[in-house]
Amino acid sequence: MEKQVTGGNIQKMETPGGKGAASCCSPAESTTKADAGSCCGQPKDALGQPGVVDGSSRPATVTVEWSQADYIGQIKCRLGFSRMEYTVSPGLYAVGKPDNGSDVLVSANYKLSFDILRHSLKGLSVWILALDTKGINVWCAAGKGTFGTDELVSRISATGLKGIVSHKRIILPQLGAPGVAAHVVHKKTGFNVYYGPVDAKDIPAYIAAGYAATADMRTVKFTFTDRLVLTPMELVPALKKYPLYALSVLALFGLGPLGIRFESAWSGGWPFLLIGLITVLAGAFVTPALLNVVPSRSFAVKGWITGMALLLASSGFTGIFGMDYVLMVATFILFPLLSSYIALQFTGSTVFTGMSGVKKELKFAIPVYLLAAFISFVLIVIYKLREFGVA
Amino acid sequence: MKYLLDVTSLELFKEKCTGCGLCAEVCPHAVFAIKDKKAEITDRDMCMECGACAINCAYGAIKVDAGVGCASAIIGGMITNSNPACGCGDSATKNSECC
Ligand code: SF4
Ligand code: SF4
Repeated sequence: MEKQVTGGNIQKMETPGGKGAASCCSPAESTTKADAGSCCGQPKDALGQPGVVDGSSRPATVTVEWSQADYIGQIKCRLGFSRMEYTVSPGLYAVGKPDNGSDVLVSANYKLSFDILRHSLKGLSVWILALDTKGINVWCAAGKGTFGTDELVSRISATGLKGIVSHKRIILPQLGAPGVAAHVVHKKTGFNVYYGPVDAKDIPAYIAAGYAATADMRTVKFTFTDRLVLTPMELVPALKKYPLYALSVLALFGLGPLGIRFESAWSGGWPFLLIGLITVLAGAFVTPALLNVVPSRSFAVKGWITGMALLLASSGFTGIFGMDYVLMVATFILFPLLSSYIALQFTGSTVFTGMSGVKKELKFAIPVYLLAAFISFVLIVIYKLREFGVA
Repeated sequence: MKYLLDVTSLELFKEKCTGCGLCAEVCPHAVFAIKDKKAEITDRDMCMECGACAINCAYGAIKVDAGVGCASAIIGGMITNSNPACGCGDSATKNSECC
């Protein structure tokens, strides 16, 4: 009865080079013989396009356990390395020993999402249908529409799902709902969309309860730990700009009428190297971590408060109050607002900030940032001119 | 946790609602409740404009200006004068946990 399909193998879809190959695939996952070789480093699947019915092999079976490579891959991913290459092939996968009565769970082809899902399926025999979300997690992809009605409909037919299961139930992660119109999927494929819980770990309980999620399973939380795991993705991009910042600071302070002088570059510049780090920390780490503690609903204001607080708290080290007053004023204008700007970026990672709110913040914040940048620039020019003895 | 008050574009047209309950099911912030076979907005300030309720309402009873609440995406949209799109897919340096 069962039609056979080529399931997705765990493989890297677009391998630009050998780099990152270890993170993509863990041999432990593919237990079908044909899969073992096709995984790492090979840009194209030797078995043909995943998910195409060709009658020659069964869907790949994946384990619920994570291998060491999976753990390492996750850490790298969380830190922002080779994140975009962290994918599985779209298509159908088997967990345990599923048959035509087994549930179908839909997921993204972002390996981090996929791994979290399979890890929570201990003891279950189910199918996983991985959609082609271009390696992006369910929530993001749903917002973009890649985890969406069209992709779901075409993936259902490409994998021949109708011939594999005899029921009409597909379970989607609730966070995929912004991209999928359940009634349209039903009209086009006959399958009924069941929205599962927000968290994959609640899936066994959801299924056991007859596909019912409690109110608690239906709401997103944004705990301290949730926020903490996101902070590296805030810190890394900000810190990538740090070397350029450091160089500019040193150049600014070293710049004398007769060229760059290294002693003054360091003696004048080092407090600002420190202040720069503190600013990044305030915006990208402290504000997200203490999001519920820092006053104000506005992320821009939260970031400013944190930045200002840390700037003041560190004044003993940076000696900011002993500085030339023009420089001091410029510092107090510029750096807390930089923290504010960085903190505002965290709106992209939260699960409760809507577009209208962020737009409202930006409308107010951007003019302030631009004005502050301009004033600080003028103050710095004044400072340098005075130093040169011109003004 | 609640974001800015009174900004959401969420609208419910009760006359079209059949009380099917799907909006209450998909909303990750429990914005909807079903009372007397009709959907009801409980706390609109919890809405993050994800659009899940509107796209899944088969009867067109919900309208929301859905989009990513992501500052860098919106700034990008302002600069290029297009709809805010998230950078997740485009570059490895962008935040892909975002939007
Ligand atoms: S999804 Fe639409 S029809 Fe169903 S309860 Fe909500 S508003 Fe009413
Ligand atoms: S847009 Fe999203 S958060 Fe707002 S009410 Fe609808 S489902 Fe809930």
